[in-house]
Order: sequence, then C-alpha cells, then structure tokens
Amino acid sequence: MRALTWHGKHDVRVETVDDPEIVNPRDAIIRITSTAICGSDLHLYDGYIPTMKAGDILGHEFMGEVVETGPKSTLQKGQRVVVPFTISCGSCFHCSKHQYSACDNGLPADNQDIAQTAYGHPMAGLFGYSHMTGGYAGGQAEYVRVPFSDVGPIVIPDGMEDDKVLFLSDILPTGWMAAENADIEPGDTVAVWGCGPVGLFAVQSAFLMGAERVIAIDHFPRRLELAKRFGAETINFEETKTYEALLEMTGGIGPDACIDSVGLEAHGLFADNVWDQIKVSTFTGTDRTHSIRQAILACRKGGRVSMPAVYGGFVDKFPLGAFMEKGLTLKTGQTHVQHYMPGLLNAIMEEKIDTTFLISHRLPLEQAAEGYRMFHDEQNEVTKIVLKPGMDLAQAA
Amino acid sequence: MGDTHVPTREDDAPITTSKRDDGTADASAYLVEDKGDALVGKTVTINRPRQELYAYWRDVSNLPTFMENVVSVEPIDERRSRWVVKAPAGRTVEWISAITEDVPGEVIAWASEEGADVPNSGRIDFRDAPGGRGTWVTATILYDPPGGAVGKLIAKMFQREPAIQARRELRRFKQLMETGEIATAARTRRELEEEQG
Repeated sequence: MRALTWHGKHDVRVETVDDPEIVNPRDAIIRITSTAICGSDLHLYDGYIPTMKAGDILGHEFMGEVVETGPKSTLQKGQRVVVPFTISCGSCFHCSKHQYSACDNGLPADNQDIAQTAYGHPMAGLFGYSHMTGGYAGGQAEYVRVPFSDVGPIVIPDGMEDDKVLFLSDILPTGWMAAENADIEPGDTVAVWGCGPVGLFAVQSAFLMGAERVIAIDHFPRRLELAKRFGAETINFEETKTYEALLEMTGGIGPDACIDSVGLEAHGLFADNVWDQIKVSTFTGTDRTHSIRQAILACRKGGRVSMPAVYGGFVDKFPLGAFMEKGLTLKTGQTHVQHYMPGLLNAIMEEKIDTTFLISHRLPLEQAAEGYRMFHDEQNEVTKIVLKPGMDLAQAA
Repeated sequence: MGDTHVPTREDDAPITTSKRDDGTADASAYLVEDKGDALVGKTVTINRPRQELYAYWRDVSNLPTFMENVVSVEPIDERRSRWVVKAPAGRTVEWISAITEDVPGEVIAWASEEGADVPNSGRIDFRDAPGGRGTWVTATILYDPPGGAVGKLIAKMFQREPAIQARRELRRFKQLMETGEIATAARTRRELEEEQG
C-alpha cells in the first residue's frame, strides 16, 4: 500500500510499504477514506519529537471502511468508522472509569518504560506518534491496523459524509473536553487562548455549555475571523495587551474560565532543549508558550483553568503563587476520545456543531508531503488539510 | 498470608523499596529461599479475580505466553519443571525449578534446584486489591546474576536484566488477563514474529 512515512526533519515521503495484517484477536483493518494532518504532526515534521524512526507511518486523525476483522472484533466488514487517536483497551481500571487516555494496556510492555520514567506512569498508546507512545503505524496511508477495534472505532450511519465526522477522531472531542474541564456555568465569560482547530471547537463547545461570552485570543486574522463566526469576541495579541484587555473586557474581574489551547500542540514528550529556548519573562504576550501563565494571571479569583494544550516536559516560571493565592482549579489531560464520541456524533447529526468549516484543503494521499509543507509554511490560510487516498489530482481543491 | 511486608521493619513499605541494603537478607529470612543476592520486586494491579490469575500462573506451561525471554517451561511432575531461558548474546540458560509453597488463589513460591545456570527463588502473591479493583500481583525474586555485577551490567545492556524483565512480564501478564491479548505495534505477522525473536 501507499503511506506517508517520516524520514527526518522536513522529510516525509509517500512510499510503498507492506499492507497491515490482523495481528491480535481484537484487531481490525480499515481502508482509509479520509485522514487529516494535525498541528501536532508538524512537531514530528519539525523533528522535535524524540523516539521517531525512519519509515514510521504518521497520522492519528482518520476514518474509513472496515475491510478485515479479527475473531474478537465487534466490527463488520463494510462498516464506516472513525477511529480515536488514543489506543485504549476498554478493560482496565482507567478505561472502566472512562479515563481512556490513561489506559494501562494501550502501550506495548517494552514501550511503557520511557513514559513511566518521564511521567511516573505509562499512558495510552497513540497512532502515528513516536515510539514512546507505542510506535503504532498511523493512518496517513491506504490501510491501517486498529488494535482493540471493539472499543475504539465508532460506526458512522450511512449518508453522513466523511468531512462532517472525521474530526471525532481527535480535535472535536479535545475541544469539547477542554470546555467541559472549564466547568462552565451559565453567564460565564470564557477566554480561549489559541484559535487552532481545538480552540475553535472549544469556542463552539463553551457556548453550547452555557457561556454567555467567549473571548478568543490568537494572532492569525483568518483564525480570529473563524472564532468571530461562532460568536466569540476576539483579541489579536500582536496588537493588544492581552492581560489588560481581558481585565477591561470583564470589568476588572477577569474571565471565569480560561482555556489554554496553545501549548506546544504536540501529543508527546518534547526534547528538553525545546524548553531551553523558552526563557522569556511572563506578560510579554508574544511567545505563544506563555499562554498558560497568562491564563493563570488573567483568570478571575476562584476561577477555572483548562489546559487541553499539550505540554510534554518541564516548565519554568510557572506562576504557582498566583495559582494558589487566587484559589484556581486546573484541569487537563489527553483526551478521553472514546468517552465523547457518541455524544458528539449526535451533536453533529443534530447540526449543533459545525465541523466542516475548518477544512481549507483536500488533497490526494499522494500529495501528502506537499500538504505538510503547505500546512507548515502557510498557517494563516491553511487551517486544515484532509488527505483522501484514491482521490484524483483533478478533484483536489 | 500473602503479605510481602516484613514485621521487623520500621515502616509499612515493601522491602523491595528499601533504601537500606539489607533488603535481600530480609527477603530470604521471611519470604523466599536464599538463592541469590539480587532482589527484584514489583506489584501490578490486575482487574481480574485472584483465583483466575493464580490458576493461569500455576499452569507453568502458560508462562512463556507472556514471559518473552522464557523459551519453554516443561513440567516434570506436580512440583518441578524444567526452564529454558534466553540469555545475552544469543545464549540460553537452564534450570529445574521446584514449587516450595502453593496456596491456591494466594501464593506460588519456588526455588531452583542445585546446578542451575542462574540460581533463583521467588514468590508470586495474589491479594485482593482494595476498592474492588481486582488483584494485586506481587513478584518477589532473588537471583544470583551470572558473572556477578559485571554480568548484571552486561545483561542490562542487552535488556535481559531480570528487574527489567520482571517489570515487563508483569505488564504483559496484566494485558493478557485484562484484554485477552498482548499489545503490540507490529503491523504484520512477520513483524510480530521478529519482535518475539
């Protein structure tokens, strides 16, 4: 089959590799029909993520048709499914509590050592994201092997087009969980740092959960425009002092809940040298990695901070004093995708949530390497690229 | 019964987490036969009843399914079995192991017999986890590293070090018991075979 493979910094290639096979009883093989490039894929592309190997197949936002099932899979050939980016067993203590991204058994036993050393505990496996997260082949390919296929994939009703449901795999549940973690109460003002896909879904989710106002913060005009379309007020941090503006816009109180969906946008551990580059003071508002500090300082006393953004290592100048003195609550975590999928599929079917607005480009899988380059170089125009294996070049739009 | 704590110590922590260097002595005094001076201990919570876990482990021919370095365990009689285990640099080591304590649903203890390539002894305790979370499975193992400290270092380089192996084997046991399979990133059956070497 054809697949997008990683070879090093800014070097990804579409190559012919062996087709995947059923290896374990609960596996299924999916023929990919749509697969997106995620912001966190860019960190692999930029070479920031350790434990990558040449030839690794990328991609963790994908869907397709079931073509083969293991004896313990509950899927049936021909079903269309969206696959969560987290690989979770469904049987351990954490899965039974619906804390799927904390699954005990998603990672191969040998791969658990490095995560245990870095975080104290191993986490769930992830598709297409380094060997620390399991080394599982991803879905930017014609076919993919899906472990625990009786737990992860959600079956999509006939007639629902791919573009409407694809983002159930990661960014929609991630934005939703971010808003849920903000414990929004009616009348709340919610501030959202970062209007990438997760931030934009958090904006929509916050309104659905009863927020009266949402203030969206970014510096790409196109992204702020999209946030505005969903009813958010906006702050362009290149033109405006964010902390001052947030306080003025809330009568000096500060937002009741703050969502940091900037972070490092990565699904894995960052090399420590990345952190060494982050040595600028609080309040400058120009460095995107300051979003969590700014959120803590701007948040109203007794408010809530939600951090869907991924931080992989250690951070200095964390305003722990402000966090304690103001009595804030911080909730965070990798997304428990499987927990949110059914409810969000309903929300899409009832047209409560708009998902397709995000897609700016559709490309054949054969052009995946070009897609990475575009996404990397043109972040204002390119909001989301969806790759379609089998799509004609002439259809590309 | 099935308690890995030692009464003479000053706190309630398992001896395998001690900062002192007398853990081995305590282990051989209270828990397992003295077959070596390297001590390994690890507990894992498995979301299954302890009778089921005990039964799977007690059928020693099952052990190679999750013990990656064990080539074979061949039962000789009710108590004894012959072990063939991978060692660094493509070698194998062998010993005959005898069960020294066997309480259904609670504990299986063993010791290698004279002439073992790697003398070892240990026990697997099965205890009810609090809060209905299944079973705590605790492995406590004493062994005599081949070639002493240097041998241990070499083994570690080849990842055949018993402490690493015990940790990974308990994880694989948990995966098999909780999910019915052992997690792998292999994309094809050929890759899986290569992985299992």
